Amino acid sequence: MTHAVAHHTSTGLDNRKLAFWLFIGSECLLFGSLIATYLVYEGRSVAGPTTHEILNIPLTSISTFDLLMSSLAMVLALAAVARGDRLWSRVWLATTALLGLVFLGFQAYEFTHFVHEGLTLQVNLFGSTFFVLTGFHGGHVFVGVVWLVTLLIRSLQGKLGPDKALNVEIAGLYWHFVDAVWIVIFTVVYLIQRQ
Amino acid sequence: MTENAQSAEHNAHPSTGTYLAIAGVLTVITLVEVGVFYVPAFQSILAPVLLILSGTKFALVVMFYMHLKSDHRLFTAVFTLPLLIAIAVIVALLFLFGAFSLN
Repeated sequence: MTHAVAHHTSTGLDNRKLAFWLFIGSECLLFGSLIATYLVYEGRSVAGPTTHEILNIPLTSISTFDLLMSSLAMVLALAAVARGDRLWSRVWLATTALLGLVFLGFQAYEFTHFVHEGLTLQVNLFGSTFFVLTGFHGGHVFVGVVWLVTLLIRSLQGKLGPDKALNVEIAGLYWHFVDAVWIVIFTVVYLIQRQ
Repeated sequence: MTENAQSAEHNAHPSTGTYLAIAGVLTVITLVEVGVFYVPAFQSILAPVLLILSGTKFALVVMFYMHLKSDHRLFTAVFTLPLLIAIAVIVALLFLFGAFSLN
């Protein structure tokens, strides 16, 4: 291991990682405002399906478990990349992306079902705030899946060695944050329902 | 960042066993959350119980999977400050719109 300096920073920390933590901080504010909006308008719909009538807790519990397991696969992928294990890097990156796709499949099914039940963006306050909040989250999951697939392609090209572990770590930070946000959404939207 | 510093950072990350244990704890907490949701006796204290369980899961993911527990404290500060502002915004808006007074 050489001791060559890649680049000097005043903090001694990698600029990309610090910048990404700042981005995640800004994402806290974004999702905080979306969650606040959902909670403020919860129980104020005057028409249309409401939370009690439409939310499917068993189904969402399974998708929540799926996303939690994707986070486990992500940390295992990072560990494999860091130790230079190409095979398991690819296995865990592919597993994480696949679990992300499964989550998106659950969400697509849920959204389709809700629309068939009469819940749309325009029908009431619950529909507007629910679809915007969970839709933004789903969009983040989709971006994460695309990011993971690009890492997997780089790995298959033999360009994702231990020297690139920071790239995987930053992708992992994004993925875990998306998981952490869902932990909150699952509780405040699905489990805590205003009577 | 120097290569050895980067390497030291990765060495400080939790072991595979720790990752698996955290996944197990997250699964158990999720099962408890869903279980509590269906038990009528818990309905009166459902919200605080679920918020505590959810907060625990959130903290576990951030500390162990995002490595804030072992990483530089500046990352913790950069993440925690906006998180606290977001929580304050949520609570303030709920008070402002009288959400706590609704049945």
